[in-house]
Amino acid sequence: MIIEFTLNNEKVKMDVEPTMRVLDLLRNDLGMSSVKEGCGEGECGACVILVDGRAMNSCMLPAGAIVNRSIVTLEGFKHTEQFKVIEAGLLKAGSVQCGFCTPGFVMAIESLLNQNPDPTDEEIKEGLSGNLCRCTGYNMIIKGVRLAIEKGAGLW
Amino acid sequence: MVKAYRPNTLTEALEILSTEKCTIMAGGTDLMVQRARGSAVLPGFDRPLMFVGHLKELQKIYQDEEGIHIGAAAILTDMMEHELIPGIFKEMIGQMASPPTRNMATIAGNICNASPAGDTLPYLYAVNAQIVLQSTDQKRIIATRDFIISPKKTCIKPDEILVKIIIPAKEYSNNYYRKLGQRKGMSLTKVSLLGMADVVDGNILDLHIALGSVAASIVHSPKIEKSMISKKAGEIKEMAEEIVKQYADLIRPIDDARSTAIYRKKASLRLIKDFMENISQE
Repeated sequence: MIIEFTLNNEKVKMDVEPTMRVLDLLRNDLGMSSVKEGCGEGECGACVILVDGRAMNSCMLPAGAIVNRSIVTLEGFKHTEQFKVIEAGLLKAGSVQCGFCTPGFVMAIESLLNQNPDPTDEEIKEGLSGNLCRCTGYNMIIKGVRLAIEKGAGLW
Repeated sequence: MVKAYRPNTLTEALEILSTEKCTIMAGGTDLMVQRARGSAVLPGFDRPLMFVGHLKELQKIYQDEEGIHIGAAAILTDMMEHELIPGIFKEMIGQMASPPTRNMATIAGNICNASPAGDTLPYLYAVNAQIVLQSTDQKRIIATRDFIISPKKTCIKPDEILVKIIIPAKEYSNNYYRKLGQRKGMSLTKVSLLGMADVVDGNILDLHIALGSVAASIVHSPKIEKSMISKKAGEIKEMAEEIVKQYADLIRPIDDARSTAIYRKKASLRLIKDFMENISQE
């Protein structure tokens, strides 16, 4: 199946297996190594990407479903002002240890702030409830998001 | 390589289905996991695949004299954000999976997966939601409880697409939903109870109870509900023991990876009692 979509603001046209997981397409065929495979069944959030601005689990997304859609991974998102603010917040709060879950968290944070620029702590927890971290713990991540919101006021 | 169709319109999709059996995929959140064969390996599909999630005709949510129409491919997030969707239904949807999964998963997917743990189902049974099935030459409208035959099995025909669900435009005065799972976020249901009632001046005008994950299908008994309707709210407390006994006959849970039959039975009966006590205080 020939599909066309946008990856990090660049047009892509390629022949794909329609049932291939977008996770495999991005990692193995397009070199987007920020997209991680954790559980492979939508529970851990390590593979979260943005599709038309919304967070989605790329492990459950078939390639045939991304026709004409805009995909953003950390490789593209890292050039934005929003990323710089999120990065600074997470670093300052010590929200990163091994880093495996971090790209998924960053994309989920961006999706959350797109929908709700001024979330309460409860709303941050709910917004990030699809992302698991097994080393840092969630309080430092929530603190990192808080710092990003304060520093990035007006960006979302 | 599995053949795949990506029709541009519903008409085109129905024409393909009239000549070829396909697996219909909208959000993919159940199918892609059920058919997964591991990292970097293609999922196993035995029939041609048809993508329908992108069809705008299947995404609309609107109201007319029949009720609220929810397009089959409406995603859970859109339902949560839509002004027409009743509050308690939004609350139930908000407890399903996680935001990234709710951005993909559709209402029709939850129905067609026909799991006893499908979290939209207690609501659809309780309000007698109508499922609309379309083929090239006919439209069938069927109640949710008749559409789902057994776990994983529905009465959809190979040439049909589930196009929408119709629910009544109604909010109840009392709403109660408890979903018991291993943790708060991202949990699959061990036991759930939806209770809705209209209590006016201490009189019960209408009442619904539906339980998920405690039998082969959703437990919902219009007959037991009827015995509570038109009673005084205060009388309900005295009836509780008898009502719980009647539900106990319908609740036939199983042991599985998520919970045990004995836990499910005890917890669900206590939830029924708790809902009735809540009502009795009105």
